[in-house]
Amino acid sequence: MKHTLAVLVENKPGVLTHISALISRRAFNIESIAAGYTEEPDTTRITIVVEGDEMEQEQVVNQLSKLVDVIKISDLTAVESIQRELALIKVKATVNTRSDIINIVEIFRASIVDVNRETMVIELSGDGTKIDALCQVLEVDHGIIEIVRTGKIALSRGPIPAKA
Amino acid sequence: MKMTGAEAIIESLNNEEVDVVFGYPGGSVLTLYDALYKADFKHILTKHEQGAVHAADGYARATGKVGVVIATSGPGATNLVTGIATAYMDSIPLVAITGQVAVPLIGRDSFQEADMRGITTPITKHNYLVKKVEDLPGVLKEAFYIARTGRPGPVVVDVAKDVFAATIDYQYPNEVRLRGYQPLYEGDSVTIDKVFEELRVAHTPLIFVGGGVNLSDSSEALKTLIEQTGFPVISTLMGLGCIAFDHPQFLGMVGMHGTYAANMATTECDLMLGIGVRFDDRVTGLLSEFAPKAKIIHFDIDPAEINKNVVAHLRVLGDMKWSIPALSGRVQEVSGELKEQVRAWLEKVRFWQQEKPLTYPRDTDLVMPQAVVEKVNQLTQGEAVIVTDVGQHQMWVAQYYGFRNSRSFLTSGGLGTMGYGLPAALGAQCGLPDQTVVLFVGDGGIMMNCQELATAADYNFPVKILIFNNQCLGMVAQWQRMFYGGRYSHTRLKGGNTDFVKLAEAMGVTGLRVTKPDELNRVLDEAWATPGPVVVDIQIPETMDVWPMVPSGARLDQMIFGEVDE
Repeated sequence: MKHTLAVLVENKPGVLTHISALISRRAFNIESIAAGYTEEPDTTRITIVVEGDEMEQEQVVNQLSKLVDVIKISDLTAVESIQRELALIKVKATVNTRSDIINIVEIFRASIVDVNRETMVIELSGDGTKIDALCQVLEVDHGIIEIVRTGKIALSRGPIPAKA
Repeated sequence: MKMTGAEAIIESLNNEEVDVVFGYPGGSVLTLYDALYKADFKHILTKHEQGAVHAADGYARATGKVGVVIATSGPGATNLVTGIATAYMDSIPLVAITGQVAVPLIGRDSFQEADMRGITTPITKHNYLVKKVEDLPGVLKEAFYIARTGRPGPVVVDVAKDVFAATIDYQYPNEVRLRGYQPLYEGDSVTIDKVFEELRVAHTPLIFVGGGVNLSDSSEALKTLIEQTGFPVISTLMGLGCIAFDHPQFLGMVGMHGTYAANMATTECDLMLGIGVRFDDRVTGLLSEFAPKAKIIHFDIDPAEINKNVVAHLRVLGDMKWSIPALSGRVQEVSGELKEQVRAWLEKVRFWQQEKPLTYPRDTDLVMPQAVVEKVNQLTQGEAVIVTDVGQHQMWVAQYYGFRNSRSFLTSGGLGTMGYGLPAALGAQCGLPDQTVVLFVGDGGIMMNCQELATAADYNFPVKILIFNNQCLGMVAQWQRMFYGGRYSHTRLKGGNTDFVKLAEAMGVTGLRVTKPDELNRVLDEAWATPGPVVVDIQIPETMDVWPMVPSGARLDQMIFGEVDE
């Protein structure tokens, strides 16, 4: 089972080193990891998606909690939350194929952020499966040149923040 | 007060009441060593940085204080790595201060540059790279606090060279504020009630103690609990000493080289109170079959230990200084009933104890290593600080030395570091100058840090160094004998040219030798009467095995016993 963890850490140099070294040392199965600043300048929020059974998941939380720079971890799997991932997809596009791509983009509520004579770049945010679906359609019919994905970020619904 | 970064470090160490540091100078720490020149506390110069870090570890284990080690950047710092990992595995409080190249040179593959923060991240409780002098006092305050509180562990403070020379208006902080680190001291008293309920209904309960009891200095409280319940007790390697070996409820060490009674009791118990243990594979044998009938109650200060290896029925989080007396308080009133409850069980474990006690061939014309350990036990009345290296001798000491006191057995349990023993013994002796410190070490392990014999002589640390010389790498050879068809691939040291007596003498240490059993008493008496450090080269049989043994991956009750000709 997959768990989505919101990990609040000190915004200090070396924190990501500590987290990635821990994941490597304990051989945890991490599917994605995404980090960025928060409303508090001294805090970074990392969203980690971890794959494993309950025991493995408990170990990930416990071991991460042991890190001195980890302030708080909340498991967003059990609560109502909004989960998103952002992808940029560079797809082959000629004058002849552009309109089909535009149609596909509209169906997926994605947007086109760059066009030139040979390619288009599509931006899509959503859950991972939606991005997978778009990629599949584009790859089969048009050919994808490259993809970049942020990894999942997640925020609980309701008034209670992860830091509480 | 205005001072340099180097002086600020000395001042911070004074504030932490450090009375000795172990170290080795070098380019990046020249400014720090210049400040050390005027320091009030001692500096012990070892012959190798690895010696310094193990010495700081031995000092910390013996005294309960934080060990401090200093090394220069690059190779000086990387030479600490094994020692830091050793301390990390056994939860030993250390602060390692390492020099780093100057800030403008960091990241340029400069001379003697190594990324100590990156290298030591998986083997430290926490680490720092200090690039601004104003960060120094706060970082050191945090480093000592983190090292000694909660589950102790090593902390590395890597300091850029130019920080030592920079000026600071020094003020040592009074407290630390760490949002992400709040050690847990008192747990939930409701859990104690639940544990109590389990005790009341157990028929074959077992108390299983480990290094956490020694680390938290809770052996007195443990003794009370043990005697109130009347439950039998087993120990890990790291727990030895926290209960006296001759306590009537003590069954000995459990695990790969544990006693028959301890391993059988583990297999048969219906309730296990694991106190300050981490269910290491050397203890559990085949994990899925460990204590198969038992509900396990796990006492630990570190929440991450719970359910790491075995699933706990109940968890008691918090300092053993809190949890053991808390349970004791509940147990007190039903002490008599509990003892009645386990009467039949105690008879059973006593039967196991008598059925297959630890034993070895005594009537031989060879110097039996177990007999040497027993002799040292007599000489010291179980009151010495015993240090070992790693291998067969370590297990014989664990089995045959009668430990009586907490912090009296210093050994690399988790990492199993050969070369640990000698420097650790020096550190222990440095911290406890009036104690008898005895090192047991193999002829393999002594050579891994034998340069520290010179340190022993230079500082006149009167450690008794007993080399169990079987002319082979005994533990590995035992496994080769048992599991690899007796093919002694690179474990035979026989025919080597090292003369340990001469080696000792060359470094200024008295050297003695035992080759026959009838020399043992006389030579050991002589060693004990010799002032200063002394090496005794004790020639033991080549093909002695450590028995009993649970083969790796087998169940605890699948022990193999050696052939013993009585």
